[in-house]
Amino acid sequence: MVQSLDRSQGRSGGIAAGTSDNPTFTGNRALQIEEPLIFEMGQPGRCGVDLPEPPKVKDRLNGLRRAGEIGLPGLSEPQVVQHYTRLSQKNYAIDMGVYPLGSCTMKHNPRINEKVARLSGIGDLHPLQPMSTVQGALELIDGLAHWLKALSGMPAVAMSPAAGAHGEMCGMMAIAAALEARGERARRKVVLAPESAHGTNPATAAALGFTVKPIPANERGRVDLDALKAALGPANGSEVAAIMLTNPNTCGLFETEIVEISRAVHEAGAFFYCDGANFNAIVGRVRPGDLGVDCMHINLHKTFSTPHGGGGPGAGPVVLSAALAPYAPYPWIVKDGERWRVAEDGAAVDGKPLGRLKAFHGQMGMFTRALAYIMSHGADGLKQAAEDAVLSANYVMASLQDIMTPAFEGPCMHEALFDDSFLKDTGVSTLDFAKAMIDEGYHPMTMYFPLVVHGAMLIEPTESQAKEDLDLFIAALRSLAERAKSGTAAEEFKAAPRFAPRRRLDETLAARKPVLRWRPSNNPPEGDPMKQAAD
Amino acid sequence: MRYLPLTPIDRRDMLATIGAKSVDELFRDVPASARLPGKISGLPDHLGELEVERAFQDFAAKNVSPSTAPFFIGAGAYRHHVPSTVDYMIQRGEFLTSYTPYQPEITQGTLQYLFEFQTQVSLLTGMEVANASMYDGSTGASEAVLMANRITRRNKALISGGLHPHYRAIIETTAHWQGYHAVAGKADPEGLEDPIAKVDKETSCVVVQNPSFFGHVRDFTKLAAACHAAGALLIVVVTEVVSLGLIKPAGEMGADIVVCEGQSIGNGLGFGGPYVGLFATRDKYVRQMPGRLVGETVDADGKRGFVLTLSTREQHIRREKATSNICTNAGLCALAFTVHLTLLGEAGFRRLAELNHAKASELADRVAAVPGVKLLNDSFFNEFTVRLPKPAAPVVEALAGRRILAGVPVSRLIPNDPAVDNLLLLAATETATEAGMAPLIAGLREVL
Repeated sequence: MVQSLDRSQGRSGGIAAGTSDNPTFTGNRALQIEEPLIFEMGQPGRCGVDLPEPPKVKDRLNGLRRAGEIGLPGLSEPQVVQHYTRLSQKNYAIDMGVYPLGSCTMKHNPRINEKVARLSGIGDLHPLQPMSTVQGALELIDGLAHWLKALSGMPAVAMSPAAGAHGEMCGMMAIAAALEARGERARRKVVLAPESAHGTNPATAAALGFTVKPIPANERGRVDLDALKAALGPANGSEVAAIMLTNPNTCGLFETEIVEISRAVHEAGAFFYCDGANFNAIVGRVRPGDLGVDCMHINLHKTFSTPHGGGGPGAGPVVLSAALAPYAPYPWIVKDGERWRVAEDGAAVDGKPLGRLKAFHGQMGMFTRALAYIMSHGADGLKQAAEDAVLSANYVMASLQDIMTPAFEGPCMHEALFDDSFLKDTGVSTLDFAKAMIDEGYHPMTMYFPLVVHGAMLIEPTESQAKEDLDLFIAALRSLAERAKSGTAAEEFKAAPRFAPRRRLDETLAARKPVLRWRPSNNPPEGDPMKQAAD
Repeated sequence: MRYLPLTPIDRRDMLATIGAKSVDELFRDVPASARLPGKISGLPDHLGELEVERAFQDFAAKNVSPSTAPFFIGAGAYRHHVPSTVDYMIQRGEFLTSYTPYQPEITQGTLQYLFEFQTQVSLLTGMEVANASMYDGSTGASEAVLMANRITRRNKALISGGLHPHYRAIIETTAHWQGYHAVAGKADPEGLEDPIAKVDKETSCVVVQNPSFFGHVRDFTKLAAACHAAGALLIVVVTEVVSLGLIKPAGEMGADIVVCEGQSIGNGLGFGGPYVGLFATRDKYVRQMPGRLVGETVDADGKRGFVLTLSTREQHIRREKATSNICTNAGLCALAFTVHLTLLGEAGFRRLAELNHAKASELADRVAAVPGVKLLNDSFFNEFTVRLPKPAAPVVEALAGRRILAGVPVSRLIPNDPAVDNLLLLAATETATEAGMAPLIAGLREVL
């Protein structure tokens, strides 16, 4: 108790936990500890490191020594450990259970990958060391590149993009470069993308000066081939630079006419950009190169399980067809005889690099983890993982289709998409349904995406869940759906979540009066257990 | 396979529930021509953990780690001591294996540390507001130029000759393909450049670096005033964030956007990534910022909580009208940064900066005393440039042959410019020791 009072900067106690039932003195709920900001915890004279006294030297700072306090709080090491441990306990994570966030591929993150990324001969290397001293690192990158090329059936890969969206930028720049080389860049100003596309697709195309035109879906949730052909126009006068297509698409469906689509795109002189966010559904069973793809980013944090880390870091290598390979950005990893070398800006390579997209050589830490994941699975395990992911999604779909409403007829690929028609007239929305899942101990599925399905709920169980865990998850969803349909539970759903570290948060307030940093003047709100007695 | 929980019996039962005879039936939407008959040929099958670890130890053994050799390399990535606590914290599964905090009720851990991170970045840079991180400093710099173009509705960026060449290359690449102008100054190893005269009514922004790529510490107060008089923005890049413990922050010089590479705090060298970009600006520009932002709010019970906010800037809402196509940030690297900086606190961060400056001062004096070597810097933080009597690249290679990792030859980053062939960048952080400096000095005397 004393420790708790200390952390709250001397508040007088007797704080009720808002309007919740059964308030506690501290506001804590057993393992859920209310935690102040570091700026409310610091004390002058505390420090979490012991550094030696610096020798006195004459400043060589051009007279620009920083004056005044920076304002950083001082905490001891145990306080720091407790602070971040308590914060961690307010997060849901793959390590805790089913995390069915569609399109995000929350699969198991093996710990051997973390271990090998931290070997000093890999994790503790400077990117600009002489190349003779990093031969193993370059071989490692090439080793991953080899797998990515083989699995995608594509001849080249640009390794440096830092994330999926960055890979999209790389791929679309390569397409622009190829069009420029053909003298068609000025004419081909249109990029086609289905309405169900990830938001990054139109954002990337627009940033490169392309006009984005939506392609409608047919009633089966796939690209409408006739509409696509009409949009492409005649080959010699087509204004289309590329189509950006996710396959399997964001509805969790394989584009059945993918071969016809890529043929039509190529006949019109345009390129086929594949958003590889859903590559995990087909890896080892289908090679995008066999479908006529010209380039595709691969989210290593999805298909190859590098940890999502609360929103990054990611990595988005881009596999390229022979037509686009010459334009891959610097750096290139090149083998001269038995020696590896990084071809950096200005170096002669067998191509016309489009420039540079990132400092140094890419997300090495992610390359290491992804390669460890790939080697652990092997060709057999990767294929099995894709099959189990698809099997699990179809199992969820089949087990819920009588009580929830699948958006399209099956089978699906790695994710099961439902719309909200099963909630019609219940007073319960997709959001309410998702928040109620939190109380049952699950992270909600992706909500309201893709935009083409009303009240979308996109469930991606991945290959990492045991059948008995899927069965409990399915039973929980069935129970929620039944309660919602009873017509008497709307208030209960609106109040969810009740047992999470926080109840629903006021996002409108956050956007209307943005508070984006702590200042000495922003105190916790009246209802907060952290409200300081000093106020 | 140890990661796959489904047993053959599970698979059989699940297929029965689905009403499919085999898993192949679930892939029936794949055109027959694209179905592979078996697994992809020529690739090995799965390995046990022991075999995987051995394979990576083999990779590691073919590299020379700075932990085993005298080491003085910087040029945008710096080797610092990272307290053990940092790595233990970021490996907690609740942080490591969580996604972007879309469901704030069960991701307050991530959201609160990002809010604290944003505050720390604002304080370090002397700016009003910071975002929840960028991929790294280099991509952040390019995003800053795009932001300045949006704010000023102009399309000409002036790039200092003191900017890291990779950063410059990224801005130039983006300029070429996104259709704006990037006008780069000549490489500025002496730190004498003054871009004020080039700022005109078409200029959207000037991009400078402090300390510069060559190590010089500059005051940009007058440049900021000149930019503002012309309606342009000043973007200041910092590749060594530890310098902010000792050097007047860009916010106090009048910068409009400050971008830092945050790797030095909490994040190891990692052969170049992943790192973490810090991105800060003025309140009035926040709605033109790229990337995620975390804001404070209250929950239904009135308790303080945090959410992702101002997302109407972002691609998942605005699509082709978004401020940037960015989706991912560098969440876990931002966590490493914020944990390390919290351990350091005001006193530790300042002392760390003092130690770096002292070590670099000692190194500069000793290297400059080697016959034929000329120090080009009057000012520096923990990195400086020297002119050697012969091309630097073979010198560095010769020292590498003696297992001394002796800085970066400028020609590696600025090729085909004879004016920089003899220039060598050297950095010393708090990790530098006498046991490392002595062989470097002896090696230089022998090789030169």
